[in-house]
Amino acid sequence: MKFKKSVGLLLSGVLSMGILAACSSDSGSSSSSTGTTPTSTEPAAEGSKVIKIATQSPLSGGSAIIGEAIKLGAQMKLEEEKAKFEELGYTLQLEPYDDQADPKKGVSNANLIGADEQIYGVIGHYNSGVAIPSSEVYEKYNIAMVSPANTAVEVTERGLKTVNRIVGRDDFQGPAGAEYAVNELGAKKIFVIQDKTAYGTGLAEAFIKAAEETGAEIVGNEGITIGEKDFNGVINQVLNKKPDLVFFGGLYAEGGIIIKQARDKGIDVPFMGGDGMDSSGLVDIAGEAVKNTYITSVAGDSTATESGKKFMEDYKAKFNKDPEGFSVYGYDSMGVFLTGLEAAITANNGELPGKDKVAEAVRAVKDYKGALTDVSFDEKGDNINAKIFLYKFEEASYPPVQVGEVSQ
Amino acid sequence: MLQEVLQSLPQVLIDGLTLGAVYAVVALGYTMVYGILQLINFAHGEIFMSGAFIGTAFFILIMGTSWAAGVPQIILLILVLILTASITGLVGVGMERVAYRPLRNAPRLIPLITAIGISFILQDLVRFIAELFNGNYIVTGPSLFSEQITLKTSSISSVFYDASFKSSFLIVLGTAIVLMIALDYFINKTKWGTAMRAVALDRETASLMSINVNKVISITFFIGSALGGATGVLFAVQYGTIDPYIGFILGLKAFIAAVLGGIGNIRGAMLGGMLLGLMEMFASANLSLLTGGVFGAEYKDVFAFAILILVLIFKPEGLLGKPTAEKV
Repeated sequence: MKFKKSVGLLLSGVLSMGILAACSSDSGSSSSSTGTTPTSTEPAAEGSKVIKIATQSPLSGGSAIIGEAIKLGAQMKLEEEKAKFEELGYTLQLEPYDDQADPKKGVSNANLIGADEQIYGVIGHYNSGVAIPSSEVYEKYNIAMVSPANTAVEVTERGLKTVNRIVGRDDFQGPAGAEYAVNELGAKKIFVIQDKTAYGTGLAEAFIKAAEETGAEIVGNEGITIGEKDFNGVINQVLNKKPDLVFFGGLYAEGGIIIKQARDKGIDVPFMGGDGMDSSGLVDIAGEAVKNTYITSVAGDSTATESGKKFMEDYKAKFNKDPEGFSVYGYDSMGVFLTGLEAAITANNGELPGKDKVAEAVRAVKDYKGALTDVSFDEKGDNINAKIFLYKFEEASYPPVQVGEVSQ
Repeated sequence: MLQEVLQSLPQVLIDGLTLGAVYAVVALGYTMVYGILQLINFAHGEIFMSGAFIGTAFFILIMGTSWAAGVPQIILLILVLILTASITGLVGVGMERVAYRPLRNAPRLIPLITAIGISFILQDLVRFIAELFNGNYIVTGPSLFSEQITLKTSSISSVFYDASFKSSFLIVLGTAIVLMIALDYFINKTKWGTAMRAVALDRETASLMSINVNKVISITFFIGSALGGATGVLFAVQYGTIDPYIGFILGLKAFIAAVLGGIGNIRGAMLGGMLLGLMEMFASANLSLLTGGVFGAEYKDVFAFAILILVLIFKPEGLLGKPTAEKV
């Protein structure tokens, strides 16, 4: 009896602590926002106004390696540009959000971002399935989004005026891969596996359409479930169909396992995948099996340009880890956004303009020279200079070797 | 069509047996605890996952030392299996002591909820630790037993293709069978096994016959969790890559395997696990063939579970379960 009471006491204590903690963080954030809004309206108080820029990418979960890379890239650019904006009288601040590669989490973060009056822009997302619903919220609050990685066609095709991306689209990436597979690798029979997500299915369909047009035969199109670890059933089908090439539309966590299990079964034909497999995680998971794998990526080789090389060195020196393919895109996305922001401030005689004006200025960015990409947005927010790159894993190491490049 | 199904049959059987063996041993943990406490221990899938992580950690540690190169891999595996099984067994006992024993006389729903709570705690704890040491919670262990073996099934009959597998398949299947036989012997032939069956039959009467019920329940949790942890190690060896969420789907399927075989029945759990593994693999290899491409491999679980529903409609107590009379 006594024991029961003490347990009850303990539980209610934990509960009340939880409630208190929730209260305190809640009141803390509300007081800080009410506390800082007045200061930002009277600039003399602190000397400079705060402009926050959010990043939204998966900082935890299966894609955390890339999500982190996007955030760090954006952070680096923001810190480099900080001094310039200080002179204009503004303090830049980064607000990283973790969308967990989950549409629900992305949208709830987007609502938080929208509610914060000091956030003028978002750099993100990594997953198209998350970017699409979240961007509806940004549109409502007129917050400019610059995407470093989303390739699904629908992201910009909905005609939202706040949504921009600096990378290529799947209806360009899929065909580029298909053309290379059929013409360069001589694939006649292709087996397609996809992960049933907005990204994976979209990419696989674009690939299939282009491959059939180029004259290859699709001998199978099967789906897998994300999070499982045994894909032998599908791989047995591949084994029976004896294709010349296997295409996987999905992310590296599943892609790596599929490649490994297929090689274990003696399937030695080339594998091909999209930008979702462009990660050092693919090599960690698949190991030696990754050899003879091709990927198309919207992320270019950072070492291709002088500024890209410099970026890589700075990144390594600053964060003590090697950049991923998408690090430089986080960096350039932030660069594009800050260029737009600066233009909006200048056009408004040094005063901070409304969020809708900032979004317009970002869309109007032309001929921005980033560390790796040149960015000019068209009327939909797509980058007309985006390219698709083809890579091959010749050794079990990341990054892979670039074997081709396709311009739009 | 039939010919194509036959061609791949040897390979499907091998892959199905591997997956089925994993399901079967995990299902044992569910069924043992249910048999004794009528409690569905949903945290058991997480014990399995913890075992996979602990085992991988041991492998990485041992492989890093210099003496590991001279020791045969099989010795290393047995060592890691024993270590991991003891640790997860103790975790299971601790779990029972903390989360289930205080609630033993509470309504049945309450321990079920704590079980779900425990499983979330374990998931996030493992994730936290893995991220702390590895930076990312998807962990890939060293590759072991990766020699390729080809089975010349085509020489038996020309309708079959050759089947191939990694030598880890033999290890997984062999270890799982040894574990199951050992458990069967323990339950049916030893004193403690008899005590366990007595407690399962009637807890109060068993305690009157001078059986220490708490101790028997602790032992049940220890054995069930040790088996779960050992299977986790086997899973890590076979599939290489693990994350903190593997326990959820796999635990659910193992639980279903236990129901299919007749929950509370040890041999039923083994049979149910094997059957479910085979059905799942068969469906994912042949579903699009059988339906002319309408349903692809992604519907494999629908196929397996439709069969489960059919079995339960006609035999609600499971394949090997005995119908129980309502206790008055």
